[in-house]
Amino acid sequence: MSNFYEDIETKPAEKTFLDSSELILNMGPQHPSTHGVLRVILKLDGEKVLGTECVMGYLHRGVEKIAENRTYVQFNPYVDRMDYVAAVSNGLGYCLAVEKLLNTEAPPRAQYIRVIMTELNRIASHQVWLGTHALDIGALTPLFYTFRDREEILKIFEKYCGARLTTHAFRIGGTQYETYEGFEKDCLEFCDFFLPKCDEYEELLTTNRIWVERTKGVGVITGEECKALGVTGPVLRASGVRWDLRKAQPYSSYQDFDFEVPIGLNGDTFDRYIVRMQEMRQSVRIIRQAVEGLPEGPIMAKIPKVLKPPVGEVYVSIEAPKGELGYFIVSDGSTQPYRVRVRPPSFVNLQALDLMVRGRLVADVVAVIGTLDIVLGEIDR
Amino acid sequence: MGFLEFFYAKNITPGEAGNYTWATIYILVMFALASIAVMLMTWLERKIMAHMQIRLGPMRVGPHGLLQPIADAVKLLLKEDIVPTKADRIVYWLAPCAVMVIAFATYPIIPWGRAHAVTDVNIGVLFMLGVSSLGVLGIIMAGWASNSHYPLMGSLRSSAQMVSYEIAMGLAVVSAILMTSLQTGTGTLSMIGIVESQMAQKTWFVFNGWGLGFIAFVVFAIAMIAETNRAPFDLPEAESELVAGFHTEYSGFRWSLFFLAEYAAMIGVSAIAVTLWLGGWLRPFPNLLSGNTWDIAFGLFPALTFVVLGGVCIALAIKMPGIVQLRIQKFGMLAFGLLLFFIGVLFAVPGVRERVQDIYWFSLKIAIFMYLYIWYRATFPRYRFDQLMKVGWKVLLPTALGVLMGTALWGVLR
Repeated sequence: MSNFYEDIETKPAEKTFLDSSELILNMGPQHPSTHGVLRVILKLDGEKVLGTECVMGYLHRGVEKIAENRTYVQFNPYVDRMDYVAAVSNGLGYCLAVEKLLNTEAPPRAQYIRVIMTELNRIASHQVWLGTHALDIGALTPLFYTFRDREEILKIFEKYCGARLTTHAFRIGGTQYETYEGFEKDCLEFCDFFLPKCDEYEELLTTNRIWVERTKGVGVITGEECKALGVTGPVLRASGVRWDLRKAQPYSSYQDFDFEVPIGLNGDTFDRYIVRMQEMRQSVRIIRQAVEGLPEGPIMAKIPKVLKPPVGEVYVSIEAPKGELGYFIVSDGSTQPYRVRVRPPSFVNLQALDLMVRGRLVADVVAVIGTLDIVLGEIDR
Repeated sequence: MGFLEFFYAKNITPGEAGNYTWATIYILVMFALASIAVMLMTWLERKIMAHMQIRLGPMRVGPHGLLQPIADAVKLLLKEDIVPTKADRIVYWLAPCAVMVIAFATYPIIPWGRAHAVTDVNIGVLFMLGVSSLGVLGIIMAGWASNSHYPLMGSLRSSAQMVSYEIAMGLAVVSAILMTSLQTGTGTLSMIGIVESQMAQKTWFVFNGWGLGFIAFVVFAIAMIAETNRAPFDLPEAESELVAGFHTEYSGFRWSLFFLAEYAAMIGVSAIAVTLWLGGWLRPFPNLLSGNTWDIAFGLFPALTFVVLGGVCIALAIKMPGIVQLRIQKFGMLAFGLLLFFIGVLFAVPGVRERVQDIYWFSLKIAIFMYLYIWYRATFPRYRFDQLMKVGWKVLLPTALGVLMGTALWGVLR
C-alpha cells in the first residue's frame, strides 16, 4: 500500500495552473455499495479509474484459527458465519470435507435433503445478489421484490432447523433433523411460486434500456483471465467456460439430477446477470427432482461419538453460489483439526476487480463489485 | 384597488396592477403554499415509492404518516449542525441558501391562473430557464466548500450534466415559443401569453404541429429530470457511488434546505412544462365544451376532488379498528377528512369557485409530473456519466434542433 501512495508523491513536480493530478479516493470501508466493509482505494483521473487497491480485514474474525481450538463438531457452526448469505453451502462444504477425512458418506436421504437445502440457499444468495446489485446500479425496487421472495426460503429454513440465516443445517455424517411434515409440499410450492417471480425481476431489468447500457460491456473478463486468476462460479461461466463442480466432480448425489449449466459469451456484467438468473431457474429444477425423488432411510451415517479422523489431509470443494468453495483440512489424529484453510470464492473472485475496472469509470467500479457478488464475511473470515 | 374589485378581477395579475401590497401578500402566500407542497411531496414520495416497493412507508406519525414531514423537519432542526473543519465556512454556509433562493425565485412568475401569477414578466420563459439553471451554482458551491472528494465529484458531475441538458431544454422551449407566434404573428415569452396563445389556437402545444410539439415536450420532459438531478439522472447525488454526492458533508437543517430546494425546483420546471405544452391553467376542452353549463360543471371539479378525498379519509377513519392504540390516529384521520371536506365545500361557493379552478387545473397537471418523477425513481436504474452525456449531446440535442427546424417549417407551411 505504501507504494501506492509513493507513486503519486514521486510524480515530477511540473505544476501549472491547469495541471491536473490524480485523485486518491477512499471508497469504503463505510460506503453504501462495497457490500460490507471492503475498502477500495481508487486512483482516479477525473471519473476514470487508473487503478484500484482492495484493503481487507475489517471483518477478520480469525475463523481458520478458531478451528484449531475447536473439535470438528464444534467448528461446524462457525463456517456459517463466513458467507452468511449462503450459510448452508458453507456447512455442506465443511461436512463433506470432514466426511471425506473420516472416509464415510452421508446416507442417500441426507444427501438429497442437503441438495434441496443447498439449492434453496443458492436461490436465496442469488436473490440477495440481484437486489443489491440492482441497488448499486440505481434500481431501487428489485431489492424489495427479491427480499420479499427470499423470505419464503427463509421460512422453509426456519421450519426445518429453527434458524433463518446461519442455519447450521447439516451435521458431519448427515443431517441432524428429519424433514418436518409438509417439507416437500413447501418446497414444491416455493418452486411454483418462484418461477413467475423470477420473470418479474427480469421484466424490471433485462429489457430495461438503462440496465442493459449499464451492464453490457462493463467489467469484461475472458475465460483465460478467469482461469489465470482462479476466478470461479458464475463469473467464470459467464465468460464462456462450462465449469460447474456439480457437474465436473459431482458430490452429494448431484449426478442424479438433470440440470443445465448456463454459460455466457462475453464475460460482461450483463452476461453474469443472465447466467445467475438462469442458475436460479436451474436450481428450481434440481429442487423439484430432489423433492420428488427423496429416498427413505436414515439421515445420519454411523459415525463415532468422538470424532478422531486419521492423520492426513483433505481438500474438498463444492460449487457454492459464488464459486468454488474449498476446505483444506489437515488432521493430526486428534479431536481438533491441525489446520483448516478455506478457499472462499469471493476472496479469489475479488482479485479480478482491478482487471475489470481499470480504465473505466467510477460507476463501473460499483457495478463490478456488485456483479462479483462478494461477501465480506467470507473474504476476511 | 379595493379588495372585492381585485377579488373579482379575472384579468389582472397582482403585480401588474401596480399594487405592491397584493403582490407581497401573493408572494408570501405562494411561498407558504409551496413549502407545504414540498413537505407534502416528501411524504407522497415516500408513500408512493413504498407502495410501488411493496412496503407501507411512514405509518407511525399521524394517520398513514401524514405528519411525518413535520416530524422530519423537527428532527432536522434539532440535529447538530456539523461544519467540517477544513470546509470553506462562508461558501459552505452560502450554498444551501443559494440553492434554496434560486429554487424559489422562479415561483413569482408561475402562472397558477390568469390572475394568479404574482407578476406577468414579458420575458417570463427566459427568466424561468435562466434562474432554474442557476441552481447548479449552489451545488458547485456546496461541493467545493465541503473540501471532500465525494461532494467535489458530485458537483463536477452536476455542472457537466447541466451544460449538456440546458441546451436541449432551451431548444425545446424555443420550438414551443415559435408556436405562440402563429395566431397573432408575434410570439410571446410571457408565461401568461403562452397559455393564452394555446387558448386562442384551440390546442395545447403538445398536440400541435403534426406531433412536433409532442417530441419537443418529451425532450423537455427528459431534460428537466436531468436539470433537477432526479433519477435516473441523479448522478450528482448518486447514492451508491458518491455516498450522497454534493451534500455528503451537510447535516441537519442545511441538508434539509438542499432537499427542499430539490423539490421546489422539481415543481418549478414542471410548471414550465405545463405552461408551455399542457395548456397551463386551462381546463380540458375550454373551447369545445364552452358555455355556462360546462363552465359550472368543470368549475365544480376542485370542490368534488376535495370532497371525495375528504370522504375517503373519513371512510378510512371509520374503518380503522377501534382499539385504544389507534384512537389518536383515528381522530386525526377523521379531522383531516373533515378539513378536506370543508375545503371542498368552500370551493363550491360561487365566488371562490371561479378563483380556485385555474389554480386547481394547473396544480393537477404539475401533480402528474410529480407522480412521474417518483415513478421514474422507483423504476429506472441510474445512467452512467458518459451515457448521460451521450444521451444529452447525441440524442436530445439533435432531436431538439430537428424539432425546432421542423416547427419553423410547419409554421410556414400550414
